[in-house]
Amino acid sequence: MSANLDRGNCFRRGMTVAVLIKQVPDTTAKIGISGGFVDESAVSKWSISPYDEYALEAALQMKEAGRGDLVAITCGPSRASKALTEAAAVGADTLIHIEVDLENLDSVQTQSLLAAAVKRAGSEVVLCGKQAADTNGGSTGPGVARLLGSNFVGMVSEISSDGEGYLADRMGPNGGERVSVPSPCLFAFDKGTSELRRPNVRGIMMAKKKQIEVLSPSDLEVEIGDSQVKLRGHSSPPQKAPGQKFEGADSVAEVVAKLREEANVI
Amino acid sequence: MEITVIAEGNDGDLHPVTSQLVGASSRIGDSVTVLCPGGWGSAEAASIPGVSKVISIEGACFDTYDCRVWSKAISPLANGDLVVAAASPTGREICATIAATRSIPVLQDLTGLEEGIVATRPIFSGKAVEECSIALPCAISLRANAFEASQGEGMAEISTVNVDSDVSISVREALAKANERLDVSEANIVISGGRGMGDPGNFSHLYEIADEIGAAVGASRAAVDTWEEIPHSMQVGQTGKTVAPSLYIAVGISGAIQHLAGMRTSKYIVAINKDPDAPIFGVSDYGIVATWEEALPVLKEELCRLSN
Repeated sequence: MSANLDRGNCFRRGMTVAVLIKQVPDTTAKIGISGGFVDESAVSKWSISPYDEYALEAALQMKEAGRGDLVAITCGPSRASKALTEAAAVGADTLIHIEVDLENLDSVQTQSLLAAAVKRAGSEVVLCGKQAADTNGGSTGPGVARLLGSNFVGMVSEISSDGEGYLADRMGPNGGERVSVPSPCLFAFDKGTSELRRPNVRGIMMAKKKQIEVLSPSDLEVEIGDSQVKLRGHSSPPQKAPGQKFEGADSVAEVVAKLREEANVI
Repeated sequence: MEITVIAEGNDGDLHPVTSQLVGASSRIGDSVTVLCPGGWGSAEAASIPGVSKVISIEGACFDTYDCRVWSKAISPLANGDLVVAAASPTGREICATIAATRSIPVLQDLTGLEEGIVATRPIFSGKAVEECSIALPCAISLRANAFEASQGEGMAEISTVNVDSDVSISVREALAKANERLDVSEANIVISGGRGMGDPGNFSHLYEIADEIGAAVGASRAAVDTWEEIPHSMQVGQTGKTVAPSLYIAVGISGAIQHLAGMRTSKYIVAINKDPDAPIFGVSDYGIVATWEEALPVLKEELCRLSN
């Protein structure tokens, strides 16, 4: 359903596009448990969450079409600033890090901080991934949209401008469709149709020098209070007992018989 | 504890996951009110045992999906101590929007729920499991097939609330019909192909077998990334869908860590791969070292024989 939306003539000049990104363990990283909790120090690589990368790519295209300012915003501990530098390496102009060292912010806390940062940046259009690859929740996009009083479109693969509003390709409950929605709007991205760009050496060098604006909850005048969600612990998924292994296609009949008699699943 | 369940609609009817939401809720709550957006499946919802009452929310706004407007219509009625939705894309969005409206926390895609309330959810797409306690009131969404459905017959009263609001989203054109095939995240049996299938055309063998046994067809990330014909909606794994069917059959899938994360909680796993050292065999209950060209015709024949 690749759509050739005309981005060329579209986005208003000088508009600010905000993209919300979250730093997560790279999807190739192993997750270890130590003392009943995920051992973050053992995570080999941290990356921008994959769906946020599609949002970032779409934001870059909007910025290029409208010559506006692209603000990348993240909320997390100090390590998360690296995700902003990565966003700058592909073209984000302004970097905002809401630095919170508390473990486990709940959704109310996270969303109120992000919404306050978006308001501060003055963005009418906000992009993010449909869910982050750590908790796979998907609450941030619709929640922040609600706090901003914006429209919300989720499961988006591509967006373009439509006069004062936007056109978005989304996977709705009834299938793929192109919808129009007025501004202001927050879009939560599924896998996009555009190829993700990779930073070049110059981009990486420039990004290293780019200043990150670090904000605390009080800088944003947000009283975050206590988390209403208390983490009790992490565990490894139940390990399976070693399975049975068979050689050659002749064994298929035997396996099918076992699926019926031992496993009782067909 | 009063619980509000947001029924999951399915093209004008009630999605079967709704009775799982009621099953999980009635185990820990005193009263369970089911809200039926668009009025879909309200009669059926009233017949689920454990339901105290059903509210059918009707209005023209439910013709087009607009999360903001739907949530605005549902929110005033979703006033239980616990709001429960299905962890489908729309269920999650509406659950999160209602939670933000009420300034209550939301946790998505739970696979376990106990009094307290204590919630269990897989994180990193199943590489670890997290247990949290959440203060009430709060909102949660539950994963399909992770909870026992409420069984039997019930008879709750149905009331109707009419809402009058305009959607701000309008559909300009339909781009693709929803895949009429069963979705991998809902199916009881999933058969998935990887890059080892050699060519996207060869997925036809998987579809034939799927049709025979009522399975959904999935794919590995490598297959989705390599072949345009294999849509992302079929992808099982960390950047795709997480599945927990009774039976998962992996064909020509080596078993990258992202893929294993998305399917390892399946009840039974069968792997067909020509490489005896493929990591997929590490999580398989039944591993068959063979090429798909040799194994699939036999598999189809055997399954046909069983179903006839």
